[in-house]
Amino acid sequence: MTATILTQQFINGISLGSLYALVAIGYTMVYGILRLINFAHGDLLMVAAYAAIYAVTLLSLPWQISFPLVMILTGLFGILVDRVAYKPLRDAPRISLLISAIGVSFLLENLAIVLIGGVPKGFPRPDIFARVIDLWGLRIQVLTVYTPILTLVLLMGLLYIVHRTKVGKAMRAASKDFETTRLMGINLDRIIAVTFFLGSSLAAAGGIMWAMKYPQVNPFMGVIPGLKAFIAAVLGGIGNIVGAVVGGFVLGLGEILIVALFPQMAQYRDAFAFAVLILVLLFRPTGIMGEPITDKT
Amino acid sequence: MNDFFQLDNLVMQFGGLTAVKDFSIIIEPGELVGLIGPNGAGKTTVFNMITGFLTPTSGRVLWQGRDITGWPPHAVTAQGIARTFQNIRLFTDMTVLENVMVSFHHTIRSRFWKAMLGLPSHKREEKRIEKEARAFLEELHLGHLADEKAGSLPYGQQRRLEIARALAARPKLLLLDEPAAGMNPQETMELAKLVREIRDRRRLTVFLIEHDMKFVMGLCERIKVLDYGITIAEGSPSEIQRHPDVIKAYLGEPKHA
Amino acid sequence: MDTSTRNALCTILLLAVLAAVLYVFQKHGTEYQIRILNNMAIFITLAVSYNLVNGFCGILHLGPNAFITIGAYTSALLTMSPAEKQLSFIIEPLIWPLSVIQVPFAVSLIAGGIAATFFAFLISFPVFRVRGDYLAIVTLGFGEVVRVLCNAMQSLTNGPLGLKGLTPYTTLWWSWGVAVFTVVVITKLVNSSYGRAMKAIREDETAAKAMGVDPFKHLLLAFLVSAFFSGVAGGLLAHLITTISPTLFTFFLTFNLLIIIVVGGLGSTSGAVIAAALFAWGGEALRVVESPMNLGFITIPGIPGMRMVLFSIILMVVILFARRGIMGRSELSWDRLFTALRLQTKA
Ligand SMILES: Nc1ncnc2c1ncn2[C@@H]1O[C@H](COP(=O)(O)OP(=O)(O)OP(=O)(O)O)[C@@H](O)[C@H]1O
Ligand SMILES: [Mg+2]
Repeated sequence: MTATILTQQFINGISLGSLYALVAIGYTMVYGILRLINFAHGDLLMVAAYAAIYAVTLLSLPWQISFPLVMILTGLFGILVDRVAYKPLRDAPRISLLISAIGVSFLLENLAIVLIGGVPKGFPRPDIFARVIDLWGLRIQVLTVYTPILTLVLLMGLLYIVHRTKVGKAMRAASKDFETTRLMGINLDRIIAVTFFLGSSLAAAGGIMWAMKYPQVNPFMGVIPGLKAFIAAVLGGIGNIVGAVVGGFVLGLGEILIVALFPQMAQYRDAFAFAVLILVLLFRPTGIMGEPITDKT
Repeated sequence: MNDFFQLDNLVMQFGGLTAVKDFSIIIEPGELVGLIGPNGAGKTTVFNMITGFLTPTSGRVLWQGRDITGWPPHAVTAQGIARTFQNIRLFTDMTVLENVMVSFHHTIRSRFWKAMLGLPSHKREEKRIEKEARAFLEELHLGHLADEKAGSLPYGQQRRLEIARALAARPKLLLLDEPAAGMNPQETMELAKLVREIRDRRRLTVFLIEHDMKFVMGLCERIKVLDYGITIAEGSPSEIQRHPDVIKAYLGEPKHA
Repeated sequence: MDTSTRNALCTILLLAVLAAVLYVFQKHGTEYQIRILNNMAIFITLAVSYNLVNGFCGILHLGPNAFITIGAYTSALLTMSPAEKQLSFIIEPLIWPLSVIQVPFAVSLIAGGIAATFFAFLISFPVFRVRGDYLAIVTLGFGEVVRVLCNAMQSLTNGPLGLKGLTPYTTLWWSWGVAVFTVVVITKLVNSSYGRAMKAIREDETAAKAMGVDPFKHLLLAFLVSAFFSGVAGGLLAHLITTISPTLFTFFLTFNLLIIIVVGGLGSTSGAVIAAALFAWGGEALRVVESPMNLGFITIPGIPGMRMVLFSIILMVVILFARRGIMGRSELSWDRLFTALRLQTKA
């Protein structure tokens, strides 16, 4: 294995990792506040990707407008999912909430089959992302470079909102202590809505970039990235935004590099993430950057 | 050296917070000992360390000559230490009888496959458990409620059932965490009577936490006082009532004055 | 006649009726009817054993498909003749001694159950270190890992090609026999002291521990028993469908089982039985929405995926608006039936 190929794979890993990171942020934010794995979160990738296809083809909007628009719409859609499927169950047993989330996930996937069809659709990738550039002898697609950059920009924006704005501070308070925050008279429904909005928009960004990478879209495209992003969130320490990003990069890099270094492992690639999950839960359940979980009796 | 029950310099730290510091006590069989202190003093934490819900940062829990520090809760219970919870934790969707029968489970000797095949030896054991559990409820004046859902009982009865359930585990040492919380004076009085009765009849040792001073002073023979995790006093009820540090600790906490 | 004798007689009568019905269908039923009846029995087995973990212990385990897969492969590999195996495994030969072993169907079913139980035991340590949503993801992940392994370990599973041409051993007698056995055994377990300990863990794990119940031991018990019957049912499924492959038993199957036990009522064996029977029948009946319909003057095209949309909606409606499902946590029993009848006649 030459240094060039290794570097190339490294860049691929970073790029894949940043996609996981974008999606993982949404999981971690929702989990932080509701202690719920939003099973339907991965499917937002698919929703956003189809929405982007229709915005670009049917409405013939330029991608510079469609992509941000799709992010906003997917954000609103995330709020809708919460209102319909999770909010009525806030005081129900946890198992009901999770089952509801699984229900939403299957509903979205199968609605997509019914409405759009199961055949994969090509994604209208803007030419500027498809270009291949030559960087010190490495041939790299522009998209591969843009993905981590965009991820970092979005992350900065998110961290600004979470740490510098009033609503962000309330979000952090709520994820530390839901009950007390409720008692302090903070409008939790608004906080939860903002959380779903932000997390879902980032998932939309991830979905669009995922679709550009392959470039095709099908009703189940969100399932595997969704699961892996969740694992990234656990790996980084669930509830911790920076942790989710770190977890995303570690997982993405790990997947690509393992296959690059041990080609015979390629067919086990999808099992790698779960092996990581099990190891993390066994040896460091709080993840890389998580606080220790305490359980009050 | 006591070989019944002894806590030896228990320390519990949560991150930077020392919830309990150097807590030691020796309890003799049959004693009725109280543990008091303002909110957040670390009382429940002491119970959690004894029963294995928390592993002490340092120190030892000695029980009948054995070091049981850090044993899992179910093993501690099987050794003869049972507890109740400050905020009632009944199996709300199960009946009163079933709640009590759960505590008998650790005494069952027939293996699971005998249960699955419904073998006679297992059926006999189930019958025995049910009979004993019913007798038990009678003893605590809960017999008429045996088939009610635990969650549907009035508050006072739920507290009583918590005690019944803990007793059904056949402890030698019973830990009660604020058993009178939320009870009216009448119920509190009955409870004090009940605890003393059970202690006498079953030759039990009781270690209890309570904020109701009248209850503690009237019932316990010996009292320990915690404040910010530190033991500030120990002695008979009358000694405690006169102790200057205790008065200070409680006056600093007007809620319980 | 005392009530326990009466109840025993009623049960025997019920089983006799079931046997008569099965006999008639086995002899005169159409292929379609027999398939539905077989599906019913297998779904009953799967749902009742799945409900033992999710309904009675109150944890969300999302990997029964893994145990069904393991049971199916084990059982299939054991009933195929050495010659068939040699013909099937064209890319890489099957490893010895599986390549030469052939056992009777019944033995293969039990072996399937044991294999599933063994894997359940292996993963139980990471699984029961966590609870709630984490446990759900770990078990779901196990299902994915099993699929990946089935694809990859060609010398054991024949990879993506799967196993074809299995002998259709699964008759109504086998499927219903297993179903009845499963229901009886799990009902006995649930109503025993062990079952009470499981329910206590579901209600309040902390309190259960304080009463001397070891959660790990009891969750493990439920998990292993459930895996065993899932494995046996997997063997039945394999010899019903006669072709298995790594993508046959996906999370999708788990999702169907989840719908069944939620609709039946989490924590009710009778609910699981009723819902499983409804599902097996309704699932077939609903195929009409996916196939073109000819109404004489107009043909409505079938809509693929519509069934799953309906199922998802049913699941969500039940979870959101009727969380207790059909039975809640109560059970049908002869005592209840007779009490109800008596009240009827009095009124
Ligand atoms: N599992 C835990 N993790 C972190 N901190 C804890 C934990 N359990 C208790 N504490 C802290 O330890 C201190 C002592 O708590 P503890 O519950 O023992 O008090 P207490 O004396 O029982 O009070 P109360 O009278 O209110 O019941 C408190 O500051 C509490 O917040
Ligand atoms: Mg306390």
